[in-house]
Amino acid sequence: MDFDPVPLGRLQFAFTIIFHIIFPSFTIGLSAYIATLGAIWLRTGNDRYEQLMRFWTKIFAVSFGMGVVSGIVLSYQFGTNWSRFSVATGNVLGPLLGYEVLSAFFLEATFLGVLLFGFSRVPPWLYVLSAVVVAIGTAISAFWILSANSWMQTPTGFELKDGIAYPTDWIAIIFNPSFPYRFAHMLNAAYLTTGFVVLAVGARYLIAGRHIEEGCTMLRMAIGLTAILAPLQLVIGDQHGLNTLLHQPIKIAAMEAHWDGSKPADFHIFAWPDEHAGVNHFEISIPKAGSLILTHHMNGLFPGLNSVPASERPPVKIVFFSFRIMLAIGFFMIAAALLGAFLWWRGSLFETRWYLRVMAQCWWLGFVAVIAGWVVTESGRQPWIVYNMMRTADATSPVPGATIAGTLALFVLAYGVVFWFGIYYINRLIAQGPHGPAVEETGHFLRSSISAARDAGREALQKR
Amino acid sequence: MEWYLPPIWAGVIGTAVAMYVVLDGFDLGIGILFPFTRSEGERDQMMRSIAPFWDGNETWLVLGGAGLFVAFPRAYAVVMPAFYLPVIVMLLALVFRGIAFEFRTVSRSKKWWNVAFTIGSTLAGFAQGLILGGLIQGIPVRNGGYAGGSFHWATPFALLCGLALVAGYGLLGATWLAMKTEGPVAERARGQSKLFLLAVLAFMAAVSLWTPLMEERIAARWFSAPNFYFLWPVPLVTAMVAYAAWRWIGQRREVPPFLAAIALFLLGYLGLVISNFPYLVPPSLTVWDTAAAPASQIFMLLGTLLLLPIILGYVTFIYWLFRGKVREGESYH
Repeated sequence: MDFDPVPLGRLQFAFTIIFHIIFPSFTIGLSAYIATLGAIWLRTGNDRYEQLMRFWTKIFAVSFGMGVVSGIVLSYQFGTNWSRFSVATGNVLGPLLGYEVLSAFFLEATFLGVLLFGFSRVPPWLYVLSAVVVAIGTAISAFWILSANSWMQTPTGFELKDGIAYPTDWIAIIFNPSFPYRFAHMLNAAYLTTGFVVLAVGARYLIAGRHIEEGCTMLRMAIGLTAILAPLQLVIGDQHGLNTLLHQPIKIAAMEAHWDGSKPADFHIFAWPDEHAGVNHFEISIPKAGSLILTHHMNGLFPGLNSVPASERPPVKIVFFSFRIMLAIGFFMIAAALLGAFLWWRGSLFETRWYLRVMAQCWWLGFVAVIAGWVVTESGRQPWIVYNMMRTADATSPVPGATIAGTLALFVLAYGVVFWFGIYYINRLIAQGPHGPAVEETGHFLRSSISAARDAGREALQKR
Repeated sequence: MEWYLPPIWAGVIGTAVAMYVVLDGFDLGIGILFPFTRSEGERDQMMRSIAPFWDGNETWLVLGGAGLFVAFPRAYAVVMPAFYLPVIVMLLALVFRGIAFEFRTVSRSKKWWNVAFTIGSTLAGFAQGLILGGLIQGIPVRNGGYAGGSFHWATPFALLCGLALVAGYGLLGATWLAMKTEGPVAERARGQSKLFLLAVLAFMAAVSLWTPLMEERIAARWFSAPNFYFLWPVPLVTAMVAYAAWRWIGQRREVPPFLAAIALFLLGYLGLVISNFPYLVPPSLTVWDTAAAPASQIFMLLGTLLLLPIILGYVTFIYWLFRGKVREGESYH
């Protein structure tokens, strides 16, 4: 049987990179949260912050491990799956990735050792400093990776000779036109994602009536953070969109399923884009809202999909629907965070059980939004791998489709197992709570009654 | 200057690969030795001896891969497709052994994560050996791209190299345990050190005989005048180090056997470099054929000269911080 290597290679890479992005989205934010908890602990000397820091560090350990191993895979897949791309862009992208390894990867990996195993070996300030170093390392890592990705979207600072890019201006390469927007958008997304996980865990404890003090602290910190960052994300996203319109107008047209550029664009709440006929079916739209968002003018015009031949368009349905998923989650996050802040201000946050119930289920929101956003920007770049420079179809390795299909199946199987167990173990660590033992005692009944008794004791002591 | 850049970069990447092989070598070795333990407590103790270090150790592999992409993109673009299957098997093996550290701790039943750790560690080492062997044999290249099939690497020689590397990692792991642990684990590791040392010597001899017989250019490199007069100390020193290692293990010394194992690795590595330099992708592509643009190599070299000493500084700090022996019954967290 003959397999076409191009779509298979893309599918494999999409699968491994989507799996990978789940973990950085969480660990970039979580390491910053752990560092914050540590800093408060040092300032106030309050044990609760130490306990929370140690608790989240256990969860961090499990997720960081998965992020590391799935990240190593990617650094080799550029070569295994995209060898012609590697030759064409190695001069430019190689150093960006190299700087990531040298300035961030070693930093994270090494100081993680202190964070996980050094608590009894180093003074508290050094322990907290290690947490800060890990947090900074993850952000530096994001800096370089986002720079490399943004260069593929808006390549600058190079000249092309025989199909190979040669650097001419490193500052222009690193700080390429879309980089500041994409970096801000992703970093903020990572902090938001973590904020909603912490919010969900806090809400879960309050509903269950366990770890009340810790749950309240988590809720306050998470709502304080997300009430600022969620609206901020809307502003950053808007600016990012305007930047994309400037450099990749057809991506924007696909995000909005905007076909005819000679008329102002409606904003489609729902539509079924028909890529053969070049129209939408079943539109539910707000008239001219698309133009208002993208040109900040009711009758503003921007290019439609029909302005280029079908071979130059990205897959419209994927881009259009992923964008809507991200948008919906974004607006929900803003509403949830602001409502939480309102309830907090009214003094009824911890008693509003319906709100806590809903929030306890919302831990996954950020992850889905991040994945949807990446699908928008990566699919929206098609058919280019490096915008206006190299086509995805010209970038593959000389590897038979069957080999890629076989290894894709292996990846799905292996990552499926890893992911399932990872979620299961993280959930169990959360269920054990901040006072939970590192290793669970046998006997479910015994454990829950002991921890319930311990909680009750703590509550009683604290009330006294 | 432009002529010197590729050999300088070959030196940087060669160093990164050597660091990787030695550092991740001993912690992969722990996984290879995992099945020969008697209790969960012993396995906890073994894992504890490498837990703070393994993540940093594995980062050298990323540096090797990224470094090849940075400095020699054309070699990267030939080598990775050529070893598509072994590379992906190695990566998946590393996935399973990497997550086993944490998952094993939080899991109720450790059994399956012990298995994942053992198989992952062994398979990763074996796949790395296959890649090394395949590289020495040579890769068919046409128009700057890989021109072979998915199984071109699969030969008896590559298989031999795979086993050799597993034995070598086992030796590093066993001498590491003898140095870093106490009690029955350390005692058993001493016995294993001797066995693995013998195996490693046998494999080194086999590879040293096989390569010049297989490749004329390697025979010419070693046995033609005047090279021969400069190169004969390499096997001699190897033999002396091996003898010293055997004595030191017998005398129950703690640190010297581990250092001797590292020295053996580096000597073997030196032998391979002598056999193949300046070819990065034998038998056709040299370091100059595959080099990135000088502007890229210089830009990255500046960063490397600045950051690598800092990295070595804090890596040393971590090894110092977690100095001393891991006692019996000391568990993971």
